[in-house]
Order: sequence, then C-alpha cells, then structure tokens
Amino acid sequence: MIRLKVNGKDRTFDGDPEMPLLWYLRDTLGLTGTKFGCGMALCGACTVHQNGEAIRSCTTSMKDVSGTEITTIEGIAPVHPVQKAWMEIKVPQCGYCQTGQIMQAISLLKDNKNPSDQDIDTVMAGNLCRCGTYQRIRAAIHQAAKETA
Amino acid sequence: MTIENVSRRGFLRGALAGGVFVLSARILPDTVWAAEGEAAAAPLDPYLWMSIASDGTVTIVAHRSEMGCGSRTALPLVVADELDADWSKVKIDQATGDPKYGDQDTDGSHSVRSFFDQMRIVGATGRAMLISAAAAQWGVPAKDCTTEPHVVVHKSSGRKLGYGELAAAAAKLAVPKKEDVALKSRSEWRYIGKDSNELFDLADIVTGKAIFGMDATMPGMVYASIEHPPVLGQKIKSVDDKAALKVKGVKQTLTIPTVEPPHLFKPLGGVAVIADNTWAAFQGRRALQIEWGSSPHSVYNSAEYRKTLEATSRQPGKVVRNIGDVDAEFKKGGKILEAEYYTPHLAHAAMEPNVAVAEFRDGKVLAWAPTQNPQAVQDTVAGVLGIKKEDVTCHVPLLGGGFGRKSKPDQVAEAAVLSKQLGKPVKVVWTREDDIRCDYFHSVAAMYMKAAIGADGKPTAWLQRTVYPPIGSTFNAETKYADDEMSLGWNNVPFDIPNHRAENGPADYHVRIGWLRSVANIYHAFAVQSFADELAKAANKDSVQYLLDLIGPARIIDLGQTGDDAEEAKTYPLDTARLRHVIEVVAERSGWGKRTMGKGHGMGIAAHRSFLTYVATVVEVEVDAKGQVHIPNVWTAVDAGTVVAPDNVRNQFEGAAVFGTSLALFSEITATNGKINQGNFNDYHLARMNTAPRHVDVQIVASDAPPAGVGEPGAPPIAPALCNAIFAATGKRIRELPVSKTKLV
Repeated sequence: MIRLKVNGKDRTFDGDPEMPLLWYLRDTLGLTGTKFGCGMALCGACTVHQNGEAIRSCTTSMKDVSGTEITTIEGIAPVHPVQKAWMEIKVPQCGYCQTGQIMQAISLLKDNKNPSDQDIDTVMAGNLCRCGTYQRIRAAIHQAAKETA
Repeated sequence: MTIENVSRRGFLRGALAGGVFVLSARILPDTVWAAEGEAAAAPLDPYLWMSIASDGTVTIVAHRSEMGCGSRTALPLVVADELDADWSKVKIDQATGDPKYGDQDTDGSHSVRSFFDQMRIVGATGRAMLISAAAAQWGVPAKDCTTEPHVVVHKSSGRKLGYGELAAAAAKLAVPKKEDVALKSRSEWRYIGKDSNELFDLADIVTGKAIFGMDATMPGMVYASIEHPPVLGQKIKSVDDKAALKVKGVKQTLTIPTVEPPHLFKPLGGVAVIADNTWAAFQGRRALQIEWGSSPHSVYNSAEYRKTLEATSRQPGKVVRNIGDVDAEFKKGGKILEAEYYTPHLAHAAMEPNVAVAEFRDGKVLAWAPTQNPQAVQDTVAGVLGIKKEDVTCHVPLLGGGFGRKSKPDQVAEAAVLSKQLGKPVKVVWTREDDIRCDYFHSVAAMYMKAAIGADGKPTAWLQRTVYPPIGSTFNAETKYADDEMSLGWNNVPFDIPNHRAENGPADYHVRIGWLRSVANIYHAFAVQSFADELAKAANKDSVQYLLDLIGPARIIDLGQTGDDAEEAKTYPLDTARLRHVIEVVAERSGWGKRTMGKGHGMGIAAHRSFLTYVATVVEVEVDAKGQVHIPNVWTAVDAGTVVAPDNVRNQFEGAAVFGTSLALFSEITATNGKINQGNFNDYHLARMNTAPRHVDVQIVASDAPPAGVGEPGAPPIAPALCNAIFAATGKRIRELPVSKTKLV
C-alpha cells in the first residue's frame, strides 16, 4: 500500500507500484490538468510538484512518490502570480502544455526570485510548446518575478 | 443565409423555454435571406447561433474547433460586437458535428475569413430586434433608439432597457429584412480589432480546468492502446497475447483489420489491448508478440526515395503555369543558374497525442474527440461501421494542438469500432510514438529550379519544378500529381518575369500523406524564396531590393482561375502592392541594410502569400564557432486584411516563427524498409525555449480589406528567410532541410 498526499489530501494506492504518477492522477483521481505528452520526460506537459520541486509525473513511478506530497495545477490556489501573469500576457494558444509550463515556472521562481533570460531558458527548455509561445512564457515569468519580488 | 427567430416556434423546452430570445441562422444550404414566411416553411432547424436569456446571458454557438488559433473566441466575438453585447455576459456553446452548420472543417486558415460577414449579420439582426422591442415598449420610433453594451437606450430621454429585460419581447418579433438591419461602422466596433480581446478559455487553461480531448471521459469506459502495423498495409500473421493478458488491469485484446487503400481516415488496423487504465493498456501492449505480413511499402527507404524524387525533378513534368517560353530563352545561352532543394517528411506532433472516446449503443455512436472536423468524424465512423452519419454524434472539446493532423479522425473510428465489439465506451489513447509513426505525414519534396539571368541581373526565364507524393494519394491511391495543391505557393508565384514556367512531376506514396500547417507552401516557399536570394547574391544585389524587383510594379495578377477560385479572386485578388508593402514594412522594422553585422551574424528575407495573407519575414541569425545556429530576432510584417483579435494574431505569428524554426533547423521524418525511424521528442526534434527565436516582432499592417488567413501563413517564410540569413552569415547555401544535416563550420 502506497500512501501519499495529493493537493493536501491523504491518498492510498494499491495498484502497480511501477505505474507512473501521471496515470494515477489522471485516470484514478481525475485530475486532468496534468497532461500526457510523451511518456519519456521529454516535453514537460506532465510537470507536477513533489515536496515543492518540479518533477515529470510521466516517468515518476508510484513507488517513488510514496510518503511524499504531490501538488498538481488543481492544487495551486487560487490564481498564483504566475497564472495571473500568464493571463495578462495572454500566453496560451491551444493551452495543452501550459499547465506543465506553469508548474515548472512556479518551481523556477521558488528557487530563483529574479531569473535572467538565460536562467529561464535553461530551466524551461524541458517544456515543449508546439504552438510556440516561448517568448510570452519568458515574459510572463519575468512579470511574475516582479510581482512576487 | 437564413436567420430565423426560433423562439417563436414554441418548441423550446426546459431552461430555454419562456423569456428566451433565440436567433437561428442557417448558413447552408440556404444562400438567400429568406422572408419570415419562407423560413417558417423550411424544415425545423434547431441550430442556435445565439440566444439571450431573461437574466441577460448571451449564449453564442461556436461551430469551429479550437486548436489554439482562436476561432472559438473570434467568431462569437464578432457576433457579440454587432449585437452590442457585454462580452463578460457571453457564454460559448461548442457545436457538435452536423452538416447543418455548414463547413466545420477547421483548417485552411479560413474560420474568420469564411464566417465574418455572417456573424456580423446575425449579431446586427439581434441588435435591431432588441431595439424594436424596446421602441415598442416605449412607444417611440426605433430610429430614436441606440444601444450601449447590453442595453437599449432611448436617445432623447435616456431611458434604458437591458437585453435580458427585452429578451421575451424580442422573442415574439419577426426577423427584420436584411436591408432593415444596420451593421456597425468600423469605428463603432467595440471588440473587433481591439487588443483587449483574450481567449474565451484563458482562465480555464491556466488553472487546469479546461477540458481537452485527452481529458474526456464516459461512464463505464475502458482504455485501449493499439499496436498498429509498423509498415503501412502490413497485415497480422499471428498474435500471441498471453503475456499481455497477464498484465494487471488488462482485460482482453481485439484486432482491427488492416486498412486497404484508399486510406482516407479509416483505422490503420492492428491489435488493441483493452484495460482498466491507460498505463495498463500501454504495458499490455508492450507484452504483445505480433508477426506481421508483407507490405508493398516495405520498399520505402528515405535515402533511395530521395534519389527517385530528384531524378524526376530533373525531367519535364506537367505544366501548371506558363508565361512566355522558358525553353527558347534558355537556348539563347548566357548566364544560367540551377539549384535543387529538398525537404523531408514532417510529423505534426501536436502536444496532445491522438485520442478519442466513443460509445456504440443501439446502432448509434456518441464520441468526444479533439477533432478539427467533427463532420469527418460522422462520415468516417458511419462509413466504417455501416451506420448513418446522422447516428454519429461528435462532441468537440478543446484540441491540444492540431496543425492539420486532427482533421483526420482515424482514432475516433478506432474507438467506435472497439466499442461496438466490447459493448461499452472505449477511450483510445495513442502514445507519442503512435502519434509520430502513424501520422498523415507532411510530404517529402524535391524542387528543381533554373533561371536565365539578364544583363541587369534579373531573370529573363525562370523554371520551377516540384515533385512530391500528393495528399490526393490518401484519397485515391493512384494519384501521383499534386494538382489541387499547386495553388499552395507554386502556380501563383507573383514574379515579374517574361518567361516563367511552373511544373509538377509524379511521385508514389509509401506513407499516408496529409496537410500540415501551411502544407505545400512550406517547401514551395523554401525553394522559391531561397532561389530568389541565390539570384540576388549572384547578381551582387541587395536581397530586399532584388525581391521587390522580382515582384515588379504594383498590380493585380490574373492567374486565370476558374470556378470557385475565380470567385475568391474577385474578393481576394493577388495584389503585388500589398506584398511589396509588407516587404517594405519588415525591412524598415528590422533595420535592413542599416545594422552592422558582426562575425557569424547575418539577416535574410523571404516573402510569401498564403491563405490570402501577405507575409514578409526577416530572420537574424548568429552562427557560433561550433556551427550552432542562434536566432536573436525575427521580424514579420503581416497584411491579413481586417483583423478581429490582433493580439491573438501576433501570438499566431510568433508561434509560426517557432514552428518554422523547428522544421527549418531540426525536424525530419525518415523511413527504413517502410518503418518510420523517429518516435518521440528525443529523435523528432522541435525548437525549445533555448533554441527558438529569442524575440519575434510582429507588425500587423492596418487594412480594411476582407479578413484573410492567420493560423498558417506565418510558417512558410521562416525557413527560407533563416537559410538566406545563414548564407549571409557564413556563405553556406542551405538547399536541404533540416539545417542540422549541414555542417556550418
């Protein structure tokens, strides 16, 4: 039996311990804000926080999250400065990757209150956006950094 | 178009009954404004364009799919503007697939272009009726009344009535004649053309509440993952599913017959593993042992195929446009330039892999699918299952990207076929590898170019030949020429050259071919705009000035089109003045010719009209000591006619610069013995934040011309402008994409 916390709630899981967290979140808990994009930690669409750090839930197995605290986009309450900046700069096009981008950006700003362009590029390079909203993502992160400074 | 006050029919029930004003518009098949009597005689059409409830809530139906281009927002915004509605009181209902809505195939960059006028009329009609209702209540002439957002105002007395208060009265009125409905003047628009517009779904997207196709569920559904034939057309010889069935959560396996050409949007075939969650289905599938039969497409090897395409491109092809006599001019001798260009297959790779959930019950299918074309879902599912298309209902959640892939609903048909066998709803989830390997690929293409150069450096003759397996092969396996695709940047190159011939050579397909964002414009613009730059450099001329000279004086070019194309050309003539203008604007914005370029830096230009929009792009590159290409800046100037949502248009062109960078620098699909070699983002590379253009400047040219395309036209100029910049920076001419195949130092 695996015990974990998801968005502040205690949960137990007795399925395949090798199952990636992504599918537990989506198929079992119905938390569909976390997206499936590649299954190999190559695109970042599935990014969530484990004890506050950004991880790729598509390659993190249930046994590896045992006893930890998971936060998904649904657990980011309510309207984080990063989300606010995302709306003000009107970042999204299709929007599919954006929850992963936002979770990565929140984690980035936690570690680095005032990131440079290069800091942002380095951390965010793991998150693909096929619509190509990178320029707005970078601008939104700068804006959120200003807001939280 | 017919507009009808549906609320008078008395068929509305439940929430919509009583005090609700509902206007229905039929776009097809009616093309004339029907009088009330005629509309009443027509078959009942419950399609609701917009309704106003007594609390003032306006609901507008979006009949186009939302894949990130913004049409789900833009078209209702046009209705709301002419209605003079308060946008914060507007809700959007997404239409299911149904031919009664007219065209729903959200592709070809034509959502706003095709429906702008109709949406204006629907909104303006509603506004006129609300004014009539208020005027009657006050006992004043309608002409003495006007509107402010969501209220009718009596001008002299200042009396006001809200739209919600007027809904019940407006619901009883006859629809006015078209000539009695006044459209707003441009200066009266509150939303159209304003920067304040934002996507309707923006807040839901950033909070994770938005429902995409991947997120759709049905009660009692099971999950399916399908092992498709590794080579197109391979049939199953044997299946051993013993290990698969041992995977916890796996329920059973099913086979789907291998598709026979023409492939259309039919399921590819294969073995489906059914499980109680996605992961178990994936795991079970990995444990399958399948022996596959032979396929005529096992001969497909990209390196050899390229040679075949190139050999064909050196032979005379089918003439698709001819001016003067290029052969006579070439025979005169003098300076001749030739160049060959090659571009590979591409996969769409939308961030959301292909997915669908469907239930077959009592001879009918209910589906939720991220599709660009819910009517194609109806047709395809009905065809595969042998039921009527009216018995297929397709709901359309948000699409996690589309780029043309999601016009082809083969995965929805898979879900429906499996559901029929299982007797319960099935969610088919493709892996990223499925999504890349089982794509309807953007075509591989070879282009041959030849020009005779006059004394002034300008070409006296220009021959262009393109060869690639056409999209038509997906619909008719015998199709070898790309006849329908020649207007995608090939038979309409707007150059002022006395002898100019465009040709197309034949090619066989070995994979399913489909349209990808801007389609053949990608390789056609690459060849034409690269060759133009080669000629400029050969003549030792400035590339911008040379391009303007090639285009020649401002004029309307008659392409001799017929039928629908001729009709379209009346509204959207090919106007070189507009093309010249975007080039001049982008040269100015980018500081062309005025900036000092350091070592390894260079700028390149390309201009291309596609989807009726004029685009010119300048790319600045820096090629570092390791030969890595960096893109500090892209400048794009756009004349898309009337623009509804300018900030979204800028976003589309910023994104197109990234999309164009991916295909120019990184992306390539190849086949070995018929199998696709790439499968995920570790071998099918896309631009990331650290490799994409650092800054994209988008300048929208102000225009009162009819709206043109926005989603696609930004992509074609990127690759040639980028490669022209690489030449300026390094002296290396790129004739083959992606650039990553060429060593730059």
